[in-house]
Amino acid sequence: MLLLKVSAMGIEVCELCPIKSIQRAITTADPGDTIWIKKGTYKEYNLLVDKPLTIVGEDYPVIDGEDQGEILRIVADSVTIDGLFIINVGTSYTSDHAAIRVVKSSDFIIQNVVLEKLFFGIFLEKSRKGKIYHNKIIGDAKDEYNSGNGIHLWYSHNVLIANNIVEGVRDGIYLEFADTITVTENISRKNLRYGLHFMFSNNDIYTDNEFENNGAGVAVMFSKYIKMYHNLFKDNWGTASFGLLLKEINDLEIENNLFNNNTVAISVEGANRVNYLNNEFRSNGWAIKVRGACYKNLFRGNHFLNNSFDVSYNSRINDNLFDGNYWSKYSGYDLDQDGVGDVPYRPVKLFSYIVNRTPETIVLLRSLFIDILDFSEKVSPVFTPDELVDKNPLMKAI
Amino acid sequence: MIEVVGLHKQFNKNVVLSDLHLNITEPGIFAILGPNGSGKTTLIKSILRMVIPDKGDIRVLGKDVKKTSDYRKQIDYLPQIANFPSNLKVRELIRMIKDLRGKTEKEARLIEQFALQPYLDIKLGNLSGGTKQKVNILLTFMFDSPIMILDEPTAGLDPLAMIQLKELILEEKQKGKTILITSHIMSFVEEMTDEIVFLLEGNIRFKGDIQTLKTDTKQSDLEHAIAILLESNHA
Amino acid sequence: MQLLYYWKVTMLKILKYSFYDLARSRWSYIYFSFYLILALVLLFLNNDLSKAVITLMNVIVILVPLIGTIFGVMYYYNSREFTELLLAQPIKRNSIFLGQYLGIALSLSLSLLFGVGIPFVIYGLFDSAAIWDFSLLLLTGAFLTFIFVALAFTISLNNENRIKGFGYAVLLWLFMAVIYDGIFLMSLVIFEEYPLDKLSLLGTMLNPIDLSRILILLKLDISALLGYTGAVFKQFFGTHLGYLASTVVLCLWTVIPIFRILHKANNKDF
Repeated sequence: MLLLKVSAMGIEVCELCPIKSIQRAITTADPGDTIWIKKGTYKEYNLLVDKPLTIVGEDYPVIDGEDQGEILRIVADSVTIDGLFIINVGTSYTSDHAAIRVVKSSDFIIQNVVLEKLFFGIFLEKSRKGKIYHNKIIGDAKDEYNSGNGIHLWYSHNVLIANNIVEGVRDGIYLEFADTITVTENISRKNLRYGLHFMFSNNDIYTDNEFENNGAGVAVMFSKYIKMYHNLFKDNWGTASFGLLLKEINDLEIENNLFNNNTVAISVEGANRVNYLNNEFRSNGWAIKVRGACYKNLFRGNHFLNNSFDVSYNSRINDNLFDGNYWSKYSGYDLDQDGVGDVPYRPVKLFSYIVNRTPETIVLLRSLFIDILDFSEKVSPVFTPDELVDKNPLMKAI
Repeated sequence: MIEVVGLHKQFNKNVVLSDLHLNITEPGIFAILGPNGSGKTTLIKSILRMVIPDKGDIRVLGKDVKKTSDYRKQIDYLPQIANFPSNLKVRELIRMIKDLRGKTEKEARLIEQFALQPYLDIKLGNLSGGTKQKVNILLTFMFDSPIMILDEPTAGLDPLAMIQLKELILEEKQKGKTILITSHIMSFVEEMTDEIVFLLEGNIRFKGDIQTLKTDTKQSDLEHAIAILLESNHA
Repeated sequence: MQLLYYWKVTMLKILKYSFYDLARSRWSYIYFSFYLILALVLLFLNNDLSKAVITLMNVIVILVPLIGTIFGVMYYYNSREFTELLLAQPIKRNSIFLGQYLGIALSLSLSLLFGVGIPFVIYGLFDSAAIWDFSLLLLTGAFLTFIFVALAFTISLNNENRIKGFGYAVLLWLFMAVIYDGIFLMSLVIFEEYPLDKLSLLGTMLNPIDLSRILILLKLDISALLGYTGAVFKQFFGTHLGYLASTVVLCLWTVIPIFRILHKANNKDF
């Protein structure tokens, strides 16, 4: 056994090395060892990492699971996985096979890993204090029912998810019962369902991510104390798509995000005490679609540019404050030159109210009658919420 | 040549022609006279089938006008008001009518006769009423059809043009044509026509030559003879 | 056959002269330059071909019918004497009116085509993916021109009084462009308890302006906004049957007024 160890620093695995398989290396290694996997293809699966190890790939060695099932399972603390290229994770309808699964462990680092032809990508189960950094997950999912998620967290907390690229899976990043998570500078795009999907996850921070061209967009449900800063929600364009879906959410801060070209930029239902500050909504179908039960929300300093509908409301009751936003459709004047329009702006159009009530009426979109209707409603509001106005609309986008 | 049988036409409730019979068999100049609203223009337009009669038959040179439009090749028609497409030039209008009706060489002479040379490249909308009427005459007389129908041909003409027009009409008569004219100018009628067809309230009140009319009404001039015809109707 | 040939030849001659007449009319140039300037301004402001196509659609589905209607009525009344001149010629009435109708509809369509087309081509339409949307836009524009000129002719043939005729024609446009949609909207809201897919589809098919608008909307990216209803529409209009049906409807809207024109023209006094 001692002879096989190349050095105290670690174990080398390669085609011509004494140790040719990763499984063997893991079994052989002592806790705290480093395993160096040289360039090559390793047809292995169900690898169990049950002691603190650092597994490093040199020049991206390929681990080919040959569709047999799970590839790497980590059940020990302080494990680092670095620089592997894992392909062909087995698809199953009964168990969620992952390329890398971390179970009940802490202080793990998964970085520089490339995953292709996967089912689930990186799956954290009841784990904590870890880092998922700079990985690339490229799936080729076609149908929701037989595809998995890119980065999947379940009952995990204190994890940093940063600088990853996830595309072509079901949900790019999925969090369920995952608290105090930081998701930053990730790119999640072209996923079948959600770019980011989280439920029952509190005190999380999302910054500087890009969510682009996902089937449905980003969904945030049943969560509280979330911060979302500087994210980009782009091109989520389809009949049932949105940039960001908020459902049963409390105490959110949504600031400085850019929503560009989404069917619905933000769809909200049952969201309370949400602050929308300095976001930009550009060329969306609906910028904000309020579906009901939203109280004490604040919209300030946002820019609404060329959206078909700025704000859509399904009730006449409003408990939300719009103040000091810029609206590209605003046609008021500013006599005192203080940069704030002298006439309030009403972001809810009559047509959006009608469409909410009878969705089929959308077929009249962009007809002259609707323009006339909206104009007359603007002049003397009858149907739209009276108090739903921005009393201080900005004259210029800042 | 022209045979009208039992012609009836009303516009809404206003009966304009009722059971009118007219048969013109020989060549010559025929004046269709009558007070305003007596149906002169309606009769002419019925012959040209611009007005569709309610009842009755019209034959021109033996052809039923209901069945064909070709018979109009045999008629040169001068409409009452010469209001042409204003964007066309005179030259283009002439070319167009020729294009629609067939070849003719006669227009050069007529252009010269009415001194229309300077107006050929002017748009019709910019012409004076008199010049327009000259163009109108030109368009009618440049073809050689056996029947001519002239609706108020003298309207707006200066004396010189009037003389030229009379000469033209007589010239055509010499060729053995049948010429129908409506006019309000009695001296013109008296000078030019062989026979008078006098319409009153939708029917022919008198048909015959001027001399007969004068004799019948015991008047020495046509104007008074016509007046008598009108009065006798009121009586 | 001989007769048909003759009829065709004379009709084409009338068409040619009506067309020439209009081609020189100041109004054709105003119409042409209006579209030219509109397209230029849109391209200048948007800097994006497909965006400009969307804005252009809003203008086209409303203005083309209006201008077709007004032009049709104006041309009819202004060319009455010309028509009378032609009526005295050995020409069939059908060829006169059909020729005039086609003359005006064609010259308006061409004004639209070139007025909007030239700026877009200069802007690089042929290298753009928007070319199909744009072609569809122009095609529906042409259809709307033919439809509304025909309707305008029908109205003017039935009204000797030109002010009345003008009034009816504008009223017709107002109905098709605005009032119809109001009634449509009302009925959708009133019957909201019931499944409305069929009703909304039917309501759209019956009005050429709505049909054109929806056809273009579905082609453009914006169709995602139509949501579930849009999906139903897309399913229908995306099929061959749907295309066929909309083409048939547009053709019917063109052909029926033309038959009305011919029928009325054959029985009318001048």
